[in-house]
Amino acid sequence: MTTVRVAGVGLTPFGEQPERTARDLFAEAGLAAIDDAGVDSGDIEALFYGNFMGEMAEHQGHQGPLMAEAVGLDVPATRYEAACASSGVAMRQAVRTLRNGEADVLLVGGAERMNNLGTAGATEALAIAADDLYEVRAGMTFPGAYALMARAYFDEFGGTREDLAHIAVKNHENALPNEYAQFRKAISVDQALTAPMIASPLGLFDACPITDGASAVVLASEDYAKNHDIEATVAVTGTGQGGDKMALQDRGDLATSPAADKAAKQAYEDADISAKDVDVAEVHDCFTIAEVLAIESLGFFERGEGISAARDGKTTRDGTLPVNLSGGLKAKGHPVGATGTAQIAEMTKLLRGDHARSDAIPGADVGVCHNAGGTVGSAVVHVLEVVE
Amino acid sequence: MSENVRDAGFDDLLDAIEADEGFYLRCANGHGSLPPRRACPHCGDQHLTEEPLAESGEIETYTVINITTPEFEEDTPYVTAIVDFGPVRLTGQVRGIDPDDVSTGLVVGPSIEQTATMGERLVVFRPR
Ligand SMILES: [Zn+2]
Repeated sequence: MTTVRVAGVGLTPFGEQPERTARDLFAEAGLAAIDDAGVDSGDIEALFYGNFMGEMAEHQGHQGPLMAEAVGLDVPATRYEAACASSGVAMRQAVRTLRNGEADVLLVGGAERMNNLGTAGATEALAIAADDLYEVRAGMTFPGAYALMARAYFDEFGGTREDLAHIAVKNHENALPNEYAQFRKAISVDQALTAPMIASPLGLFDACPITDGASAVVLASEDYAKNHDIEATVAVTGTGQGGDKMALQDRGDLATSPAADKAAKQAYEDADISAKDVDVAEVHDCFTIAEVLAIESLGFFERGEGISAARDGKTTRDGTLPVNLSGGLKAKGHPVGATGTAQIAEMTKLLRGDHARSDAIPGADVGVCHNAGGTVGSAVVHVLEVVE
Repeated sequence: MSENVRDAGFDDLLDAIEADEGFYLRCANGHGSLPPRRACPHCGDQHLTEEPLAESGEIETYTVINITTPEFEEDTPYVTAIVDFGPVRLTGQVRGIDPDDVSTGLVVGPSIEQTATMGERLVVFRPR
């Protein structure tokens, strides 16, 4: 089985770009990744592409071939959809395809156009990641769903809105030098606590923004990289995916994310590492409480202890395990279909040493990316390691 | 989404709650679930029977929603809650109480009412 190498990565700036089509966004990120990899684009054998709300945002289904065309490729192209984990699952399928020996070079990525829908329209489009019959028709929104989990967490393990505010403050701080981030502005705990409520107990600063953007990754087999003199020092050594009941009401417990537990366990076993080997993580913090659930599922903290990790300085830039050095979804932005591979792109740069925040983790060689779909009805975890 | 086409199972459940005859589905292993189902989501058992839903349940978690979708614009702010009925939980909106007074553990009963914005049917919980 070949070791899958990350040959190159590409991102668009994340932010409000309502006039840009998804095909234009993806073309920018995809071409940047191909350029970064230094591969001949004629060698790319397929595109694995993630997108969630294309039908609602652009009246555009069947985006696979459209996106291949946009980056100038004449290859089989398939769209993967798993809500906010769409490009995370695309990544996993590409990794497995390379490992199977079915290809040597693949393009993986995702894009999402959201701001052209406006706040209410984007809220509606995001809501359909929940169960239409039992959740959407009861008025449950995406922030509302995470609010239900946040209150359940507070009830079961304790924790306060102030603990959550520290997560937002940390991730905004981390985003400051990230040229691709949507928010490059520090915020205070007080600002977070006094911001308008979206869905109690979550306020405006507990939520990620509505974002337009795209991301892409070129993956190559070890032999291809060697034979073509491609410098690819980061390998994908573990992949895992877990699922859960769609509706929160059907879950066993509302204060944990079992799909992510399963994905993490599988990815760690695949990479033959454990949580304590991890130096740095990019996790799915679409809401501040989501970061708490993620770092507990990944085994970095015991249940009930993730809530205070940012406040105690454990997950901050100078902490023992920096989380979301990119700024996370919270400050970097969350173009849903692009998020999974954006995490891979940020982590690759962090580990290569060419990220604006690489200096926070000198010598780091194991990174984990955690990408969640909906209210963690889907979860994908990848382990990236420096292999030289 | 069409006004004329029912969602089999789900609309039957709403009709039943409206008639105070709410039910849930029970598998041979005792797991509860809600229609439409052909298999238990917890164990895959295909022998599902209709059992009466308890007249009241306890709010397990809730949120006051201020930012919503166009379909609920005029309903805002509203409380969405997950209510524990024992074998199953049900999601709906809490009415008949000031949102600030809603708390976990509050005992409520289910009914079917309309949304303010679109006049669509939805599950509503009122304090018992
Ligand atoms: Zn069962």
